[in-house]
Amino acid sequence: MSAGPVPASRSFPKRLIQGDQVAHVITFVAAASILLIATLLVIILWDNSALPRAKFGLSFFTGRDWDPVNEIFGAAPFVYGTLVTSALSLVIGVPLGLGAAIFLAELAPAKISDALTFVIELLAAVPSVIYGLLGIFVVVPFVRTTLAPPLMHTLGAVPEIGFLFKGPCYGVSFLAAGLVLAIMIVPFIVSVSREVLLAVPTDQREAALALGSTRWESTWKVVVPFALPGVLGSVFLAMARALGETMAVTMVVGNVPEIRTSLLAPGYSIAAVIANEFTEATGDMYVQSLIELGLVLFLVTFILNGLARLLILFTSRRGGAA
Amino acid sequence: MNAALGAARKPAPAAGSAAKTDPLAGLKPRLEVRNLNFFYGPKHALFDISLTVPINRVTALIGPSGCGKSTLLRTLNRMHETVKTSRLEGQILLDGESVLDQDVTRLRRRVGMVFQRPNPFPKSIFDNIAYGLRVNGYKGSISEAVEKSLRRAALWDEVKDALHKSAYALSGGQQQRLCIARALAVDPEVLLLDEPCSALDPISTAKIEELLFGLKEICTMVIVTHNMQQAARSSDLTAFMLEGHLVEFQTTEQLFTTPSDPRTEAYITGRFG
Repeated sequence: MSAGPVPASRSFPKRLIQGDQVAHVITFVAAASILLIATLLVIILWDNSALPRAKFGLSFFTGRDWDPVNEIFGAAPFVYGTLVTSALSLVIGVPLGLGAAIFLAELAPAKISDALTFVIELLAAVPSVIYGLLGIFVVVPFVRTTLAPPLMHTLGAVPEIGFLFKGPCYGVSFLAAGLVLAIMIVPFIVSVSREVLLAVPTDQREAALALGSTRWESTWKVVVPFALPGVLGSVFLAMARALGETMAVTMVVGNVPEIRTSLLAPGYSIAAVIANEFTEATGDMYVQSLIELGLVLFLVTFILNGLARLLILFTSRRGGAA
Repeated sequence: MNAALGAARKPAPAAGSAAKTDPLAGLKPRLEVRNLNFFYGPKHALFDISLTVPINRVTALIGPSGCGKSTLLRTLNRMHETVKTSRLEGQILLDGESVLDQDVTRLRRRVGMVFQRPNPFPKSIFDNIAYGLRVNGYKGSISEAVEKSLRRAALWDEVKDALHKSAYALSGGQQQRLCIARALAVDPEVLLLDEPCSALDPISTAKIEELLFGLKEICTMVIVTHNMQQAARSSDLTAFMLEGHLVEFQTTEQLFTTPSDPRTEAYITGRFG
């Protein structure tokens, strides 16, 4: 029992090892390094893209020509392709992912839910080049022969939205890239959204049920809104992945630097053009233009993530959940 | 061990304690539990419970932790069905109609519930109350119904200028009164309260007890509590439960002054539990 009185102060080395200050410094360094890396990235991209910045200025964003021979470079087709393929993937992937997450979290028996979640998390770890192969051998032929013709003949004839579905379609297209990206982002959405839905307190469900809600009303009107900030978080994680995805998009998007309104037409994306052309780029202007494209991608991601943050802030403010 | 209740359902018993009277004399039944046995998987949780809850009265269920009082409460609006392994035998009647045979959403509209911890939805105060009205397809003016419920729950004066603010901005006691208002909005015949004050400070608790007293006019209440003072203060009838059995069911006054079962006496005098 008697181990003597507690010493008034611990020795200096002991305090150093156990001390709050040390923990504070170490964790601070870890956190600061993240900021440092991000800053370095921007600085390097900025420094190494001086030539095209000087030559094109802001018109780099709006330029629609990508002509390495004459050294005319514009980022618009790539920005357009990146945004279109990412948006398509979200339009397809979010309902699918959210639906699956709701099933796994709210409806499926725990055993099935856990087993399926394991498979889904496995899918998230599959390298993107594999998805690219899936795209080339399955998605592209499917789009060309099965999906595109009926789309052209039905939606393509609708006046307001027909321009989105004009042919001809050779398979490689924004749509094919959007589909492959959707397949790639669904695991992210499912896995994160399921966790968030499972974390909704049971008393929320019970409160809804006790008021005479059906199970679905309790899920859709109470559980999902409660989890919405987290679900949106998963969507934005998925969006970031779609924006930056390189390999799989390159393999199915067609790699044509043009702005076409039809989703069935081929296009290009920022990440894809950097990967495809970097090794073959000759001349400083060409190389630096590709680097500036990297800077543009960084900017696009940054802006969209900022908007996403605002959206999360807005929804949680309105709801009141922390 | 249902002597008290058996007695309650018949004319005063000839044998036994002469002081024992029928706690339900002159009262109409709202809920009747008959020979209820309840299981969580293989675990037998409630043993042959029979209990009658009279109309427009507050009935308290007391007993030590784990005695099954919350389980019994949750069978009354079939919230036990959220536990997949649970199994129920016996009868529960609401106004003479079996609760087990009717549509569960209709039943829960008629038998509302307030939980241990305040659990408002992360919506505005107004939308919290309106939720139940909306899912039940309420035809009248929702804002009038919201005001009526908030007034009934003695919360209107405190929140009338903040109806569209988040419910999370309210204090714990206000949140619990909001939950009561939310339950009252759909005009339930019975309100079940599962230790509604256990997460609240004494002042908020007093407010809620006062509120329950006033609500007797409009609905029948069953309250689970492990706080004996609360049962003594706010209920008309009290049932004492122990290890899944209903030991004694009496008017509150009688149960706390002249309990007929020695175990009840031991519990209310603080010798165990």
